[in-house]
Amino acid sequence: MNQNLRILVVEPDPERVRAIIDALKDAGWSDVKALAHMSALDRTVKEFAPDIVLIDLTNPDRDTLEHISHATETSKRAVALFVDQTDDILTQAALSAGVSAYVVDGLKMDRIKSVLETAIARFKIMRQMQSELDAAIQALEDRKTIDRAKGILMRQRGLSEDDAYNLLRKTAMSQNRKVFDVAHALVTAAELLS
Amino acid sequence: MSQTVLNCGYVPLVDCAPLVIAKELGFAGEEGLALNLVRQPSWSALRDMLALGHLDAAQMLSPMPVAMSIGLGGLPARVDTLMVLSVNGTVFGVSNDVAADIGTVPFGDANALLSALSTRKGAKLRVGVPFHYSMHRLLLSYWTSTAPNLQIEEITVPPPRMADAVADGFVDAFWVGEPWGSVAVGQNVAQLMMTGKDVWQFAPEKVLAARHDWVEANGDASAQLMRAVYKASAWLDAQKNTPLAVEILARSEHLSISPDLIDPALSGDIVTKQNTAPTPVGRFLQFHKHAATFPWRSQAAWIASQLGVDVAGIEKAKACFRADLYRQNLAGIGADMPGASEKEEGALHFETAVASTRGHMVLSPDAFFDGRTFDFS
Repeated sequence: MNQNLRILVVEPDPERVRAIIDALKDAGWSDVKALAHMSALDRTVKEFAPDIVLIDLTNPDRDTLEHISHATETSKRAVALFVDQTDDILTQAALSAGVSAYVVDGLKMDRIKSVLETAIARFKIMRQMQSELDAAIQALEDRKTIDRAKGILMRQRGLSEDDAYNLLRKTAMSQNRKVFDVAHALVTAAELLS
Repeated sequence: MSQTVLNCGYVPLVDCAPLVIAKELGFAGEEGLALNLVRQPSWSALRDMLALGHLDAAQMLSPMPVAMSIGLGGLPARVDTLMVLSVNGTVFGVSNDVAADIGTVPFGDANALLSALSTRKGAKLRVGVPFHYSMHRLLLSYWTSTAPNLQIEEITVPPPRMADAVADGFVDAFWVGEPWGSVAVGQNVAQLMMTGKDVWQFAPEKVLAARHDWVEANGDASAQLMRAVYKASAWLDAQKNTPLAVEILARSEHLSISPDLIDPALSGDIVTKQNTAPTPVGRFLQFHKHAATFPWRSQAAWIASQLGVDVAGIEKAKACFRADLYRQNLAGIGADMPGASEKEEGALHFETAVASTRGHMVLSPDAFFDGRTFDFS
């Protein structure tokens, strides 16, 4: 096994860090370090000398990380994983899971492959949880807008709550739009007119 | 007529304006393009998404396609520059402490500023830049290379965090695109000392880039995109459109930045220090006039030479600035073309008329602060 690889995880969210580290440790890697703040990155990279750095694809600190890898001495320089395009499927899988990895130049692909597969699997789960959370928040927001639109109709037209909702629904159906869109337009219009 | 969907990456900075205007004012739609602007969290992410085919085209820092095409910087891939999106538009600022150390230096005097910083006591100057392969970083290196006593440490900081980086003492100075210089001044943590054009008067800042293979396979879409962006840049350059441009940029979902932060870059009225009147800076950010959108092969060569590559690398760089496609795709909509595709970079100290396809065109000054010239022909 490849237990002797040093892995650095750059991630500000403590829960996500724990999830990634647990996954890596369960898979047999013990030399894993997490870093939340970029201010310590330069020093950490020099002292810990990671073989692999894992970072969220959308983390704005990636540019800083890349610069540090430029500035590190050439013998042990971490370069973007994507340099190694010998495994395009893995690269694309990493991209769609939202993880980017920087590996020390010259590390053989077969040594890091299992680390990446573990990371990709974990990032995928985290991404799915995040999108479910976003969807729930969005649904709540939609709900609030529809309630406000119902309120406006109840006040202005003296409708009951059920009738107000039915009016929104009928209007949406006849205009081939979503109930939320009609409600949103009504709330915006009411704000402009008030 | 069905529209061609085109995914174009960008980073939310004021100089993404040509792309936003091309979409919002319908220049892309007129060309039959459904332009989908995809915001990117970092230049690294944008580069990866373009290179791996998740984006068709992208706004890039002008050194990025050059670096990628010659195999530098993480992800080598043949990437072409279709046209220049903006010229100049960056600022150099220092922390209030450094400003106090160096005393009064006239705004925009690159030579005086360099000597003031060189004689300053203390450790090396830590300068924040947005990305390793950026014009900001190249201009910083070029400018400071003439001052051997000045020790510089380049630190990459995402532009939205530049003001905080100065406030926290993480950097002593910065070279950044707008609005982030104005943001630092607004927070009273820094003073602006000069703009990018005080080091190079005509520096290609952002470019429109696409993978070489994609360009070859999608000639029509490339031409449509170039024409839409060309028209948007012409619209942006008309001074009467500036207030509307500020409003469109502020209101669109592409740039979550308030109008008073967008205005300085577009109007050229730069507040260099809090509670002082703005300093008018001519040609602060250019989108169109003086062949601003033309991808001069000599600009690519200058970038490559600053990256320290050999002659073969310089030739590769020249080839990725697609002056040929620019001529081919934009001649039909009345764009004036310079007679040559290379010029001696740094040779123009004044506005200069040169031969063009429609008679004469006026080129902007392109001199360097130290008067050097670069001939790559």
